[in-house]
Amino acid sequence: MAEVLDNVPEHCPGTTSEQAGKSSTCQGCPNQTLCASGATKAPDPAIAEIGAKLSSVKHKILVLSGKGGVGKSTFSAHLAHALAGDSTKEIALLDIDICGPSIPRIMGLEGEQVHQSGSGWSPVYVEDNLAVMSIGFLLSSPDDAVIWRGPKKNGMIKQFLRDVDWGELDYLIVDTPPGTSDEHLSIVQYLGSTHVDGAVIITTPQEVSLQDVRKEIRFCQKVKLPIIGVVENMSGFVCPKCKNTSQIFPPSSGGAEKMCADLNLPLLGKVPLDPRIARSCDEGKSFLSEVPDSPAAKVYQKIVQSIQDYCSNSATQQQDITTRQE
Amino acid sequence: MSVQNLEENNGDGNLSQVRHVVLILSGKGGVGKSTITTQLALALTHAGNKVGILDTDLCGPSIPRMLSVGRPDVHQCDSGWVPVYTDSRKNLALMSIGFLLADPDEAVVWRGPKKTALIGQFVSDVAWGELDVLLVDTPPGTSDEHLAILENLKKHRVDGAVLVTTPQAVSTGDVRREITFCKKTGVRVLGVIENMSGFVCPHCSECSNIFSKGGGEELAKLTGSVFLGCVPLDPQLSSSIEEGKDFAELFPDSTTFSAISSISHTILNSLQTT
Repeated sequence: MAEVLDNVPEHCPGTTSEQAGKSSTCQGCPNQTLCASGATKAPDPAIAEIGAKLSSVKHKILVLSGKGGVGKSTFSAHLAHALAGDSTKEIALLDIDICGPSIPRIMGLEGEQVHQSGSGWSPVYVEDNLAVMSIGFLLSSPDDAVIWRGPKKNGMIKQFLRDVDWGELDYLIVDTPPGTSDEHLSIVQYLGSTHVDGAVIITTPQEVSLQDVRKEIRFCQKVKLPIIGVVENMSGFVCPKCKNTSQIFPPSSGGAEKMCADLNLPLLGKVPLDPRIARSCDEGKSFLSEVPDSPAAKVYQKIVQSIQDYCSNSATQQQDITTRQE
Repeated sequence: MSVQNLEENNGDGNLSQVRHVVLILSGKGGVGKSTITTQLALALTHAGNKVGILDTDLCGPSIPRMLSVGRPDVHQCDSGWVPVYTDSRKNLALMSIGFLLADPDEAVVWRGPKKTALIGQFVSDVAWGELDVLLVDTPPGTSDEHLAILENLKKHRVDGAVLVTTPQAVSTGDVRREITFCKKTGVRVLGVIENMSGFVCPHCSECSNIFSKGGGEELAKLTGSVFLGCVPLDPQLSSSIEEGKDFAELFPDSTTFSAISSISHTILNSLQTT
């Protein structure tokens, strides 16, 4: 049953909540009898539909943080660009940050619109082998605010997964908003009948970030989402004039390195602050192409390689499991 | 602060003696909402005001660490929850979900309706007492938390919102949408702050625009809002935040503090003239 039905009251508790049909806000809702009967708590058929739809996607990677503004979208976009550098691979980037969709700008796709066809919504192509979907493409003005409560956001995420004509993909990268809430629960729930390779966790060096990131790591453990590794972003700034390094976001509690050691997680890399990254993102260009020899670009390339290696190993393991089961 | 204001707010329960309520919003994550909230609060208390901070970021509550209050027990009194005070002078009162978690690494994995319910309690059931300003720190976005705050403050009044952005277009792009949220919900925009506005190298004084430049001021012009000012990227501010130290007390002569202080005066003046 859909998480979002039509004509719901503003404070709809959600069709799968314990209060479905029973809350005071349900009075007068046309769906009240349906919800109160318990029919809405049956497993969402969309989960199986999405499982079928995405069965031809070889690898799925979630980019998570817990903390805002650490560079999830920047990382997701550049991971997509890097993987799409191999023209034999089909890559897709899905932006599920419903309130603050940054991906269209970072990918240079502002103003693009989504089209419907017989096989569903067509994603927007940056390159022949790199497709993007974001709510940003459904908004008619850069001033439009998406003021939606949880259930409506969940419905949109379901549509993105079920109704977009992704085609056969080698990699689906999912960029997420900060936090551990509706969007995160929904993406894990809706991908529940597919194989998700794992999550890349982004952080900056400070404890203020790490304290939120540890919660995200707990979330991953709770929902049994494997963690591919951690990326420490904004890791020091080298002054272009005097070449001295400043720790603008100080790793006062040991940074991602200590957190990874404590939690036994791989640290995939430490990306330094580089003003050219912000500029590229604002201009919708890939800084991997703009400044390929920069220290940041080199770290990125290493991180991407680690992720590809992880996914290949994960695929081999999946193959082994399937072979043994046969 | 007139007696008139207090009389208007009577029958408001726990907010009846709170003179002004200001939301700190962004839309974009990681621009420094919590940092700006704490620094404005400290600047206002140093200028003799009684201030409260309500931290409504349930998934990522940053305020307790920034003010070094640890994880004290939260007590109840007849009027509700007693806020946590940063010191014995009780000039700065706080409430955050951070105080209610037994394990600081515990993730609050809640969907919208549960978040809405807790925020309702935070707004109505904290015994703030007499405050000049209550600053409400928010998570990024325009969703359940933001709607819950406004609904629960309907009986009182929201004097306005301060919008925080960094200079880049990727940030101002989200903050534009947050300004639309304010217009749609009738919240007055007190102004826009551009945070992380340039970095001055402590070794050679070269200024680098790490997160680009000028976006905050452009955004203010574009949306017809007041531009409150720029706050630079300052490793001493980052360290103070990290260690929960009072930046205003430690570096009162810094450019950063004078920027924050000036912004806090502008905000207070605009609150007092309404």
